[in-house]
Amino acid sequence: MGQTIVEKIISHNVGRKVKPGDIVTVKADYVMLDDIMMPFIVSKFNEMGFSKVWDPTKVVIICDHMVPASQTDDIRAYHISCDFASKQGITNLHTSDGICHQLMTEAGYVKPGHVVFGTDSHTTTYGSVGAFSTGIGYTEMAAILGTGEVWMRVPSTIKININGTLAPNVMSKDVILKIIGDLTAAGATYKSLEFCGDTIDSMSQSSRTTMANMAIEAGAKCAVFTPDTKTALYCDIELDDFQSSLVGDEDAVYETVLNYKAEDFVPVMAVPSNVDHIVPISELKGIKVNQVFLGSCTNGRLEDLMEAAAILNGKHVAPYVKLIVTPASRKIYMEAMENGTINVLSKAGAIITHPSCGLCCGRTGGILTDDEVVVATNNRNFLGRMGTSKVKIYLASPKSAAATALAGVITEA
Amino acid sequence: MTSFEGRVWLMGDDIDTDIIMPTEYLVYKTIDEMKPYAFSPLRPELAGKIADGDIIVAGNNFGCGSSREQAPEVVKALGIKCVIAKSFARIFFRNAINNGLLLIENADLYDAMVKANAEGKTIKVTVNENIEFDGKTYPIVSLPDNLVEIINAGGLVKAMRKRNGID
Repeated sequence: MGQTIVEKIISHNVGRKVKPGDIVTVKADYVMLDDIMMPFIVSKFNEMGFSKVWDPTKVVIICDHMVPASQTDDIRAYHISCDFASKQGITNLHTSDGICHQLMTEAGYVKPGHVVFGTDSHTTTYGSVGAFSTGIGYTEMAAILGTGEVWMRVPSTIKININGTLAPNVMSKDVILKIIGDLTAAGATYKSLEFCGDTIDSMSQSSRTTMANMAIEAGAKCAVFTPDTKTALYCDIELDDFQSSLVGDEDAVYETVLNYKAEDFVPVMAVPSNVDHIVPISELKGIKVNQVFLGSCTNGRLEDLMEAAAILNGKHVAPYVKLIVTPASRKIYMEAMENGTINVLSKAGAIITHPSCGLCCGRTGGILTDDEVVVATNNRNFLGRMGTSKVKIYLASPKSAAATALAGVITEA
Repeated sequence: MTSFEGRVWLMGDDIDTDIIMPTEYLVYKTIDEMKPYAFSPLRPELAGKIADGDIIVAGNNFGCGSSREQAPEVVKALGIKCVIAKSFARIFFRNAINNGLLLIENADLYDAMVKANAEGKTIKVTVNENIEFDGKTYPIVSLPDNLVEIINAGGLVKAMRKRNGID
């Protein structure tokens, strides 16, 4: 009997062949702790009676939600993060380098085949390099810090097969939004999403990352892609035999197989206030916007900034519209400066912010008020996500966001 | 077998963790400080009305969204005895168990209570057996053994304290 990718990763971790439904104890290859959860993680860790983390080299602490502080209370999490790292001998500490989910692969931690847990739901992101990664709470993280392991149930897998060529105005964001709409917000709960097909093969590592990042919006436990030469290049490794084997077997058992033709995808948005409420932009044209947000761990990478810059080049955002650009990491920020992208965006009227979670976590970076409309490239349009509970959030691709910023009304690229 | 009765608050589908506990209040030092703001984007009055022993009955995918554990902690701190939903999001489910908040899945109760406009009515829950509402019985399934172990230990913190020889 063959195996799906996630079954292979977990089997490798526990040293025996597993099947969906098995409850197993896995060892963490890395854990990711973000600033906003640190006060609670440390408090639970102490309460549990641990004094030392199981392996400081496998712990990564990232300050991204609240750096730089927008409110005086936020500073506490920063100090607790730095103090814990110092006391525990944790050198994998990022205090201002960018968003956790970008850094976990960009800074060279997560590799294909790893098992990773993070205190943030978008930890599914690292499936883009062929890792199993998922979000957990702070109590569970405290227990892993002490023991290095955690129980989990081996998920069943939904295979998503996409073949063909995407239209030029369609990005991987449109693809994953459409799939979430089809699956619904709970359609993949407890399950693994496995993406394959020649459309996926030809996608950049960055585009795949957008899709893995958003898998949680269908409730998925994880999302995995087969690591290939692009993945190896990005991770700066040569794939070993195990990593090369991370392909869904022909005779693997899938709970469902969904087949898509790339040509059928069109530019879409998730409309307020559910991520699975997906509408083609052709049906939304003309809705006035107050602000456009280009950033986040979903779509704040160099590719995203460059796609937006290509649309905005030599033009200017519409009167009264604010375009906020938040690069996902310092490395991306610097690359975008060096290749002229920041220059183009700034000339077009964009407000460029420091790399961080920014507006996506609703504390800083351009929060909005009642009845304002924002088109945003991040992953959630929940009530109150970006300011008051009456802000209307439309989720879109970087291309659609840029086109909308230029027009001042919702527009297709 | 444990059984209890409680007054019901009805919530809809996809009640996400940003609704249960909005990000802006996550920086508060204690769960008690966050309590008044629970569910505020959707029903700002609700936190003030919930009393000890009340029960939340909801639709699909309760607790979807972010991994913030403040969400189940604050629900428990408000005095909610258990949450009954058609289904739960996975991270919320684990977090609730780790904190000793009882979650029960049932496919039919929510629709029956919405149809009867039954917010505020009392239901009876017999753990691992059934729920009684308006003269009808709704069966519930047992939790897997490994989860029962965590709950029996009194949550994950207590389980770890025991492991570390403190309690």
